[in-house]
Amino acid sequence: MPPRPLSPHLSVYKFKYTLTTSILNRCTALALSVGLLLLVYWLMAVAGGAHAQARAARLLSGPLVKLLYAALIMAFCYHLVAGIRHLVWDTGRGLERAQAQRSAWLVGALSIALTLLIGYCAWLAGALAP
Amino acid sequence: MSLRSPLGKVLGVGSAKSGVQPWWVQRLTAVALVPLSIWFVASLLSLPSFDHATVVAWMSGGWTALLLILLVLVGAWHSQLGVRVVVEDYVHGAAARTVTLVGVLFVHTLIAAAGVFAVLKVAFGAAP
Repeated sequence: MPPRPLSPHLSVYKFKYTLTTSILNRCTALALSVGLLLLVYWLMAVAGGAHAQARAARLLSGPLVKLLYAALIMAFCYHLVAGIRHLVWDTGRGLERAQAQRSAWLVGALSIALTLLIGYCAWLAGALAP
Repeated sequence: MSLRSPLGKVLGVGSAKSGVQPWWVQRLTAVALVPLSIWFVASLLSLPSFDHATVVAWMSGGWTALLLILLVLVGAWHSQLGVRVVVEDYVHGAAARTVTLVGVLFVHTLIAAAGVFAVLKVAFGAAP
């Protein structure tokens, strides 16, 4: 294969907080892929009947898994908001440095607010309560 | 010196015009996942409990089943395209990369098929 430029030359960039928003988008994406796996496992358990679902529920309600749910909620909120930011960028808007720095803060604030809202609802629904 | 215009060069060289397809599908699935995922989270959180009868009743609703199937399919597609880009960025070496990419594709196909199968089974009343 001919040598070609590879994407993440992480070491040559000076650290900026806008850089964090980019790598976080990717990390949360991978977390959500795991979440999708978990969702389908649960759906298959439901389809397998009451016994299969009860067996899966024991596995899916451990304290560590609840921690994972909290992480998934955070990942979902961040990826949703940051993804919308990317879609806006794809239209060619908001790419100036000052705009991108502003929207980075906006993404952080909105995703934290959304995480708290969904986390609170999930806590009320008993999905997170230990 | 070439007399070809820059536009002529770009139009005539390289791409079989399918190069932007994964990029475009990634965006399309992203747009579709905004309402689908918000619906899913809201719908899941509005369930009174997660016991079998409640979940089966929820999944048996026509719209719920339909939207769940769309969520799994579009989600798996979006995830596959995304993980693919990550693998292409970080897994070096042609053999390792190809094997990883095939594995990623197979796992996502399995996820999508299993999700659709499970939802249909419940929706058609076949879950014991």
